[in-house]
Amino acid sequence: MDRLERRTDQRTFVLLALPAWLILGAFLLVPLLGMLLISFSRRGVYGGLEPLSETWRHLRAGEAFHNYTRSFAWIYLRIFWRSLWIAAVTTGVTLVVSYPVAYYMARIKSARWKSVLVVLVVIPFWTSFLIRTYAWMLILRSEGLVNSFLVHAGLIRAPLPLLYNDFAVLLGLVYGELPFMILPLFASLEKQDRTLVEAAADLGAGRWATFWRITVPLSLPGVAAGAALVFIPSLGQFIVPDLLGGAKSVFVGNIINNQFLSHGRDVPFGSALAFELCALVLAMLLLYALYSRRSAARSSTGVADVH
Amino acid sequence: MCISRGFSARRWLAFHTHAVLLFLYAPIAVLAVYSFNSARRVSAAWSGFTVHWYAVAWRDVPIQDAAFNSLLIASIATAISTVVGTAAALALARARRAPATRGLIHVPIVVPEIAMGAAMVVFFGLCRWPLGLATTLTAHVVFTVSYVGLVVRARLVGMDPALSEAARDLGATPTGAFLRVTLPLIAPGIAAAALLAFTVSLDDYVVTSFVAGPGSTTLPLKIYSMLKTEVTPEVNAVCTLLLAATVVLVGVSQRLIGRQQGSVLG
Repeated sequence: MDRLERRTDQRTFVLLALPAWLILGAFLLVPLLGMLLISFSRRGVYGGLEPLSETWRHLRAGEAFHNYTRSFAWIYLRIFWRSLWIAAVTTGVTLVVSYPVAYYMARIKSARWKSVLVVLVVIPFWTSFLIRTYAWMLILRSEGLVNSFLVHAGLIRAPLPLLYNDFAVLLGLVYGELPFMILPLFASLEKQDRTLVEAAADLGAGRWATFWRITVPLSLPGVAAGAALVFIPSLGQFIVPDLLGGAKSVFVGNIINNQFLSHGRDVPFGSALAFELCALVLAMLLLYALYSRRSAARSSTGVADVH
Repeated sequence: MCISRGFSARRWLAFHTHAVLLFLYAPIAVLAVYSFNSARRVSAAWSGFTVHWYAVAWRDVPIQDAAFNSLLIASIATAISTVVGTAAALALARARRAPATRGLIHVPIVVPEIAMGAAMVVFFGLCRWPLGLATTLTAHVVFTVSYVGLVVRARLVGMDPALSEAARDLGATPTGAFLRVTLPLIAPGIAAAALLAFTVSLDDYVVTSFVAGPGSTTLPLKIYSMLKTEVTPEVNAVCTLLLAATVVLVGVSQRLIGRQQGSVLG
């Protein structure tokens, strides 16, 4: 390729990529930077921000990280810990539920049925999370579907407290994230080289042995991708704890949202919390990137390639 | 449906898969069914079939306004982001290594919605830009660009580059090859991406809750406030309508994706 062609190509690239850079730069990157700067400021007397002179005074006195220090108090750290914990449990449950589904879908011989199942799994993925979570309120309430049925059938006397607790939050999260786990697992399992399984059978391995020693290890990149796609969004979840959780089910998404509501708002503190959430997400992504690079280097056959 | 495993294992896998699919769709079905329940209070008891709540929702002026806002914002945001996102996807397809642009397209998806909403409302506040339709539209364009970019990029990656090279060899200019070979090939993918972006914009709650002003309530915001104040059966009707619209849009989008390539996944 001569220099003129290369320069025209470069120019075309810049022209094509420029609109995205302008829009995302101005309306996402700059706001994120702005939020970082605000996180060093403090709440004004009437909500909103304190006067700039006050911020400057704090900065010069070396007290810029006030909001971050405050967020390390146990009440907030505990909320971060609970969010990590419920995200982890959600990921585990989702994985256990999804793996057989993905395996079954990958093994279907008929291409038509396979694509029907994929479409069936994809559709909930794109529908409103809010509405699907609300539907669970209808089912779990004390006058809801489950309780009414159990009381009518005489199985229980008083309605079970199925809603407004961590159980409901976990259920709602698993429900919402299922497609995010099924699809990457399916992609990974479908691409697996069937001949490896046949070879293991030829060498005398039983079905279980083949599954645990060939299929599962080769599907680990898919597992990692699904785990990342479930764990990371679960950390910052707001809708599910807000609708299905009780007064005690407070997670990171809820406390951040609270800082931006009309009463008791503390925008700088909320910004600091939001940034810490972003940092957590970035750390998880880095872990995932490191894992995926190492596993790609190890699998020389490229069979387990997900992306 | 046949798979190559043993008898009882296959049976169990099939049962489990169907149970999970049932689990995925049961809440949606429950919601739809109860939208036709004629009971005045939202309870599990079935009091008869009615479309009364749909009529109530249809005539409700705040709901009409919210629906109009949602459709308006989704249409404009989709139009803008389809162009911008497709351009970005094309840029990425040309460049061998463009880590910054590739990373940029992923940012809206990776950043938690709460953080994105917070950052935007802070930004609009700092710019003294009052919250309203324009701010909501801007926020929607930001995340839909990402969806369009990623979906179109996936289509481009799957496309055979030999086709446009062949066009060039046969004498077409780069623009000509693009317009007459590449574009028609990825057109279904672009349409699918646009439909998905439209759906995402229609359904968005978290980011919109931060950046919408008092006069620019969207349908999800209205639904949320209805849920939080008093659960009337009207809400079930509105939700079912929105769900139905989404399912139709996504279904069409999936057909478009399937039509372009033989690949099963988008």
